[in-house]
Amino acid sequence: MTMMHETPVALPRRAVTITIDGDEVKVPEGATILDACKVHGTDVPTLCYGDTLDPVNACRVCVVEVEGNRVLIPSCSRKVEPGMVVNTDNERTRHSRRMVLELLGSSVDLSAAPNVQGWMQQYDADPARFGDANTMRTVQQPVKVDNDLYVRDYSRCILCYKCVDACGEQWQNSFAITVAGRGFDAHISTEFDVGLPDSACVYCGNCIEVCPTGALMFKTEHDMRQANTWNEAEQRQTTTVCPYCGVGCNLTLHTQDNTIVKVTSPHDHAITSGNLCIKGRFGFQHVQTFARD
Amino acid sequence: MDLRFPDATPTLDEVQALDSVLGPSLIAEGWEREHGGAHRAEALRHRLLPSLHALQDRIGYISHGGLGELCRRLDVAPAEAYGVASFYAMFSMEQRPPRVAHVCADLACQALGAGALLDAVQAECGPPNQTGVAGAWQPSPCLGLCERGPAVLVTEAGAPAHEAVVAPAIATDVAVALRVGPRGLGAEAPVVDAVPQASSPEGRSALVLLKRVGVVDPSSIDDYRAHGGYQALRAAAAMGPSGVIREVTDSNLVGRGGAAFPAGRKWAAVAGQPVRTHYLVCNADESEPGTFKDRVIIEGDPFSLIEAMTICAFATGCEQGFVYLRGEYPRALEHLQHAIESARSRGYLGANVMDLGFAFDIEIVRGAGAYICGEETAIFNSIEGYRGEPRSKPPFPVEAGLFGKPTVVNNVETLVNVLPIMLHGGQAFASIGTPGSTGTKVFCVSGSVTTAGVYEVPYGATLRELIELAGGVPAGRTLQAVLLGGAAGSFVRADEIDFPLTLEGARAHNTTLGSGVVMLLDDTVDLPTFLRRIAAFFRDESCGQCVPCRVGTVRQEEALVRITLGQRPAAENVHDMQVLRDVGRAMRDASICGLGQTAWSAIESAIDRLGAFEGLSS
Ligand SMILES: Cc1cc2nc3c(=O)[nH]c(=O)nc-3n(C[C@H](O)[C@H](O)[C@H](O)COP(=O)(O)O)c2cc1C
Ligand code: SF4
Ligand code: SF4
Ligand code: SF4
Ligand code: FES
Ligand code: FES
Repeated sequence: MTMMHETPVALPRRAVTITIDGDEVKVPEGATILDACKVHGTDVPTLCYGDTLDPVNACRVCVVEVEGNRVLIPSCSRKVEPGMVVNTDNERTRHSRRMVLELLGSSVDLSAAPNVQGWMQQYDADPARFGDANTMRTVQQPVKVDNDLYVRDYSRCILCYKCVDACGEQWQNSFAITVAGRGFDAHISTEFDVGLPDSACVYCGNCIEVCPTGALMFKTEHDMRQANTWNEAEQRQTTTVCPYCGVGCNLTLHTQDNTIVKVTSPHDHAITSGNLCIKGRFGFQHVQTFARD
Repeated sequence: MDLRFPDATPTLDEVQALDSVLGPSLIAEGWEREHGGAHRAEALRHRLLPSLHALQDRIGYISHGGLGELCRRLDVAPAEAYGVASFYAMFSMEQRPPRVAHVCADLACQALGAGALLDAVQAECGPPNQTGVAGAWQPSPCLGLCERGPAVLVTEAGAPAHEAVVAPAIATDVAVALRVGPRGLGAEAPVVDAVPQASSPEGRSALVLLKRVGVVDPSSIDDYRAHGGYQALRAAAAMGPSGVIREVTDSNLVGRGGAAFPAGRKWAAVAGQPVRTHYLVCNADESEPGTFKDRVIIEGDPFSLIEAMTICAFATGCEQGFVYLRGEYPRALEHLQHAIESARSRGYLGANVMDLGFAFDIEIVRGAGAYICGEETAIFNSIEGYRGEPRSKPPFPVEAGLFGKPTVVNNVETLVNVLPIMLHGGQAFASIGTPGSTGTKVFCVSGSVTTAGVYEVPYGATLRELIELAGGVPAGRTLQAVLLGGAAGSFVRADEIDFPLTLEGARAHNTTLGSGVVMLLDDTVDLPTFLRRIAAFFRDESCGQCVPCRVGTVRQEEALVRITLGQRPAAENVHDMQVLRDVGRAMRDASICGLGQTAWSAIESAIDRLGAFEGLSS
């Protein structure tokens, strides 16, 4: 395949001017409306957007009105075009954002999702209006605990596809998990729902890193939450270089009471973008038991 | 890529089933995987859907061993293949009896007593989806046999698999079908029975697109030629690709699949793309409840579609065409498969079509029970072997469609319109109908109607005229409402039927023609039950990708059930009416694709135009 038509990345990109809520905003060509909103200082809620992943624009909480379009537009994925006139905060966008939050809130446990409670208030969302849990379908189900490293609580899952993309071709290339089923029955699963130990999972934990709702959680965190000892306010974060090999991934160690309770990795790292392997992610526990071969 | 495959082993049946679509395993496995590398995996991915069909057809479900073997051969991760297989209603991920009766529970059949049929089948054959029996039944979405409802499709796994249609059906038919299987059932009614106009000479004289149905032998390319076949391609060859596009543009032909996009613009856009390869996808998914016109065209005159696709390919530079055919259309599959093979063996498809110096071939891809795969980008994912989820646009199909290449997607009926355009010119075509809606339109008239079927009329006939052509509602009944455009369309009242069936006429009446569904509801049809079925349809068929549609279609159905079955104080119904409006508006405004965007349209129109719940909320 010839690469002749591709613009070299290093060339300076043209600037594009669009209007956001009445103000002109200049951003480089190829930027998204969301990028432009950040430049402008406009807050836009996002859930399925991931800073290290291609947008899937599935949650629709980030929708904005782009004049001339019949329907609302997901700001996280739509690229700016010269002259676009964008309204981020009118009755119409507020309505759809409120409904997305209400619909999610009525079916999924969002209590461990950062920011969501604030948005619920900001948009006046009332997930209880659809009835109670006995009359409404929800994704309520038992937590899947099938290994010692991390748990999967899909009653918290908003189906943002981020874990699937992180596990698949965008990062990990393990393809252990997928979206299975369809419609409201769509869910994250291994083949035939086999447990993680029987799947292709290599316990890199990159899916945990990108999960926006706490559906994927270190077992340490899950156990501490169960025991009511999880206390984020008391935790300290220290970023260091992973000691296990020569790649030099950055680890952020979360400690509570001088014990490492979970490990994340900075997303702005030029090479790893928040991804680690089992050793960096879980090495603070007992790697030996889980490394295959 | 180093994939991990499950340990479960396939049975001999499953190995043979895969051999039949992929070739013997020795070639596919081992050596080739060593040497084929990542490109091979990509090249094989689009064999996933046919491979799943092969397994399902052979043993009636997808087993661990079968899926694992398929993954080894195609170099697909087991989780991914599972995600794809579990997307489609036709694939069972649990062991299921080889014989299954699919009993239509959808809209047109509802108007014809499907509700009572389902109850009677349950009484006679036991509950749906039984296991451990030789044959089980299950309720099904529209089978595209609406002119013969209530309809039943019987399938039987094996080598080869068998299928048969029973329509109209009564409960005893289902019991018999489960006992004797498809091979023991009588022959299906001839295709031409679905074209009432064909039964009289003056009715026939009005037919353009359907004129050969019932006249030509659909299995004979010579008979097709004897009835004017392949003259349009000769005319097209004489005018050259840009001439063809000019005529199609001049004809003002717009898409018949629902979105009414100008065909000439689409073709010109693909023809102008410097990137190669170009693909042509014929959308024959036809899953909108109440739509069966594409089936009639393919069953009755399959060569006309092949010729039309060849002309489109010639004009737009497409080397490969795909017909994405509804999975539940056994007779259409058989006729089209045979027609493609004859055309190929006679040089009408292949490396040098009719010695005109261009290459074009057609492959049929069988859908697997997913309405959403008729959406023009979901269809690409489905053909490529991925979950049939719509992609976000832009990029549009004409820029980056199937396999990322410029792609023409057209409906079956849109394509066959190109034949009269080639034969008589774009101007002549444009003189039929109205200036805003040119040519003829095939309407699917179903429900409470004397003579259901496909009717071809010039755009501009009024809804009343069309209803009268079909004999109106059965004697002694009165018309309650008409559903236009199917589940994604909208209702009009019985006193609103005097507007012309044109795009502009429908728009002026705040309704839509959609794919051409005209479903009559007489006074015996229970509107609340009908509306609940519409809501259930969207809940079942949502792909689940975006929140407004995935959760919204569920909340919509729940609210509708509470309102119609609840027997509650008016205030609670008022609350739920607001829920419907709020959810509906967000689905329309914020969903990714047309499914979510229209999932509330029909229910909204039932409330606002038919006054469906007036008594309940005041
Ligand atoms: C949910 C959904 C289902 C659709 N199903 C079909 C279908 O079965 N057949 C079809 O031709 N078009 C269908 N369409 C419309 C296609 O997206 C597309 O507009 C059409 O195939 C383009 O062809 P045309 O321009 O010839 O109509 C569907 C659209 C949506 C949103
Ligand atoms: S831990 Fe890694 S390999 Fe396992 S599911 Fe998550 S991303 Fe995939
Ligand atoms: S588990 Fe988490 S990352 Fe995966 S889809 Fe659900 S919410 Fe998203
Ligand atoms: S609107 Fe519905 S069918 Fe369309 S992408 Fe969203 S969830 Fe899927
Ligand atoms: S954040 Fe944009 S659609 Fe989810
Ligand atoms: S076949 Fe039953 S509704 Fe179409």
